[in-house]
Amino acid sequence: MAEVEVKKEKKQMRAPIETGAPDGFQYMHPTMRKNFGQWKWHDHPRPGVLRHAAKSGDEIWTVRAGTQRILDVFTLRTLCDIGDKFADGFVRFTIRSNIEYMLKDASRVEPLIEALEKEGFVVGGTKNSVAMISHTQGWLHCDIPGTDASGVVKAMMDELIDEFKNNDMPNRVHMTTSCCQINCGGQGDIAINIQHTKPPKINHDLVSNVCERPSVVARCPVAAIRPAMVNGKASLEVDEKKCICCGACFPPCPPMQINDPEHSKLAIWVGGNHSNARSKPTFQKLVAAGIPNNPPRWPEATAIVKRILSKYKEDAKDWERINDWIERIGWPRFFELTELPFTKYHIDNWRGGRKTLNSSTYIRF
Amino acid sequence: MKKHDTPMLDELENGPWPSFISGIKRLRDTHPEKRINEMTNDLLGQLEHSYETRKGYWKGGTVSVYGYGGGIIPRFSEVGDAFPKSKEFHTLRVQPPAGNFYTTDILRKMADSWEKYGSGLVTFHGQTGNIMFIGSTSDATQHFFDEINEYGFDLGGAGPCVRTAMSCVGAGRCEMSNINEHKAHRLLVNNFIDDMHRPALPYKFKFKVSGCANDCMNSIERADMSIIGTWRDDIKIDQAEFKEYVGLKGRKHVIDNIVTRCPTNAISLNDDDSVTIDNQNCVKCMHCLNVVPKAFHPGDDKGATVLMGGKRTLKIGDLMGTVIVPFMKLESQEDWDKLVEIAEESIDFWADNALEHERCGEMIERIGLVNFLEGIGIEVDPNMVGNPRESSYFRGDGWDGEAVKWYERADAKDKDTA
Ligand code: HEM
Ligand code: SF4
Ligand code: SF4
Ligand code: SF4
Ligand code: SF4
Repeated sequence: MAEVEVKKEKKQMRAPIETGAPDGFQYMHPTMRKNFGQWKWHDHPRPGVLRHAAKSGDEIWTVRAGTQRILDVFTLRTLCDIGDKFADGFVRFTIRSNIEYMLKDASRVEPLIEALEKEGFVVGGTKNSVAMISHTQGWLHCDIPGTDASGVVKAMMDELIDEFKNNDMPNRVHMTTSCCQINCGGQGDIAINIQHTKPPKINHDLVSNVCERPSVVARCPVAAIRPAMVNGKASLEVDEKKCICCGACFPPCPPMQINDPEHSKLAIWVGGNHSNARSKPTFQKLVAAGIPNNPPRWPEATAIVKRILSKYKEDAKDWERINDWIERIGWPRFFELTELPFTKYHIDNWRGGRKTLNSSTYIRF
Repeated sequence: MKKHDTPMLDELENGPWPSFISGIKRLRDTHPEKRINEMTNDLLGQLEHSYETRKGYWKGGTVSVYGYGGGIIPRFSEVGDAFPKSKEFHTLRVQPPAGNFYTTDILRKMADSWEKYGSGLVTFHGQTGNIMFIGSTSDATQHFFDEINEYGFDLGGAGPCVRTAMSCVGAGRCEMSNINEHKAHRLLVNNFIDDMHRPALPYKFKFKVSGCANDCMNSIERADMSIIGTWRDDIKIDQAEFKEYVGLKGRKHVIDNIVTRCPTNAISLNDDDSVTIDNQNCVKCMHCLNVVPKAFHPGDDKGATVLMGGKRTLKIGDLMGTVIVPFMKLESQEDWDKLVEIAEESIDFWADNALEHERCGEMIERIGLVNFLEGIGIEVDPNMVGNPRESSYFRGDGWDGEAVKWYERADAKDKDTA
């Protein structure tokens, strides 16, 4: 990958100041600083708004809003203007790239919400809503993506905006997307991830120039790659029977072309939950694959997500996350309710996969 | 400047959610600087091309700032001839303040610096936890970094190194918090700042800090070393608040949503609408606190659980972090030193024993937890397992000695608490 070397002038260079992660205290709302570690309870006066009360009697009001995540400086400044006018100039960002404004009392909450909505931001994303989908870089700025991430998220949030703005879900729903199969996308109640279906096409002319062959060979999870001579040049070959089409060989070796306009599909996974509440954290499970990667609005993926969400909303009990719900009703019922096909691909054959089988006679009829 | 047609991207300007495409177009159409107009125009052109062909067109390379080996994600276009003004489009990873707090002043300052040198596009934050300044040329990278570095911001990690850490809002606002998350975050990551800026580890290593078991930072699933706040004395109950809640919601609701949802059946609703908790069996899962935050609170004897080895798919599949320290206090200087020492021991051992490109959790999977614990000097504890071994394939000729150690540790603990 190091074919493009950028020359740097080394003379008169400024040495970096290695300060690391800055102290957040200097940017924290004074009420939060004063009551640090001394909070007593919170409640949820309306969707998108949290009230936290401290032991001292102080309160802090938080208004949360969804944004486009990829912010242009104009949008960033608009967010700042709103913060200066209606909050005290103190903000933070959540792990899902929502902005939060902190206010010391309720008086400016409604005007703040009005100002945010007037500028097109979406207030919500708290408690039992569908939270902002967390996403990765995609075609906009990653070197290995099979799809766009910002686009998928924008198209889906357009359709899920009411679920973001309201608290109609049994519990919170965290969604995530990933534009390759192996990397940044997180675990979520619902995850929409790339799933390749064909082995990489190898651009043999480039392999010998670009790739460190042993490290590509080592990267493959199923040892499907071998060094080989092709047309008299050092290259690689893939045992296509073994290959699980994961794309792990592509980042270290761009000639291993895994991304394919037709055969790189989307898959949907459900039931990932990192919270320990009620049950131990869980990884997400495959429910649907072979979904077309269909820009600019990916309607097929969105339709499945909406179907899952509507069944969850109808059928789950209060406080059940998607994993809790399916644990209660069982997987056969999940597939029946969502009308998704159950296939041989749902049965795990990766190492440790046996523990996911039903070794009991627990069967719901 | 001829604007590229973007019929597919234009579709992403429809609908009620804020559109990143409209934002990029604002930079193209209304920014006073020609450089930014042209760069974002070509960016849109290349992105449209990706949408049409369903392929990405960036490749990596090598770009760094003086003195550092990482922190920049280089992006060179493979279709730079058609889109020359965005042919270099690197991302700078910049570490956020612990807890992701900002003032509008500091955000404006960053916006000013960024539009001087970069594309004008920024994300708070990427999944890595970094502020991502997206779209810089190789030359501008150094200037932009110099400028923000002067007012207190530093690059994050990229490559085989200690990565940018994350911490929840925690003690800043949340009553569930059991530790000073921001201190843990900064202490850990800033202790390894050399390992962050000069990548030389087997692979990436991530710290994430959550103040309670709700784990808002998703640390258990995504951090090599996960620090999660908890407490070990009794849960605090405000019986008056609880009774009020029962009065408001009814006993059926309370039974269905609280009593029967406790993972260890530790909650009973009493006949007078008060509540009793079997504290010895409460696993601090946070459910009842989440449902009635006015009635239940963490205890006073607070601290943290440390887990190791969480990661996503590559290479052997997703791994969840597992407990290596069931409980430690994080109050005195000594406690904090101990936390840093555990991190140091772990990273050293991993650096010495991992295969190339092997995450810490994968190494533990390969060599077994016991070898890892012995490597970092931590004693085994039944809290580290869901259940004891099921397989009889082990060689147990050191059994007696190990059993003696257990009794000795138990004696020492008794003396400690006596
Ligand atoms: C070509 C090499 C890679 C590049 C350039 C890259 C870049 C990135 C970027 C920019 C993000 C933030 C994404 C966003 O929020 O938009 C990210 C996150 C992440 N990446 Fe990578 N990545 C690479 C390889 C990998 C690999 C091989 C893995 C898996 C082992 C991986 C695992 C992750 C994870 C888990 C995150 C989420 C961050 C977290 O939870 O801490 N990445 N990566
Ligand atoms: S998920 Fe994969 S393709 Fe997407 S940004 Fe991360 S590394 Fe790139
Ligand atoms: S796609 Fe995955 S399984 Fe196939 S050769 Fe590449 S690394 Fe191996
Ligand atoms: S992890 Fe716990 S302490 Fe931290 S913000 Fe979430 S609920 Fe609060
Ligand atoms: S915190 Fe969890 S385990 Fe403890 S009593 Fe409440 S519901 Fe039960």
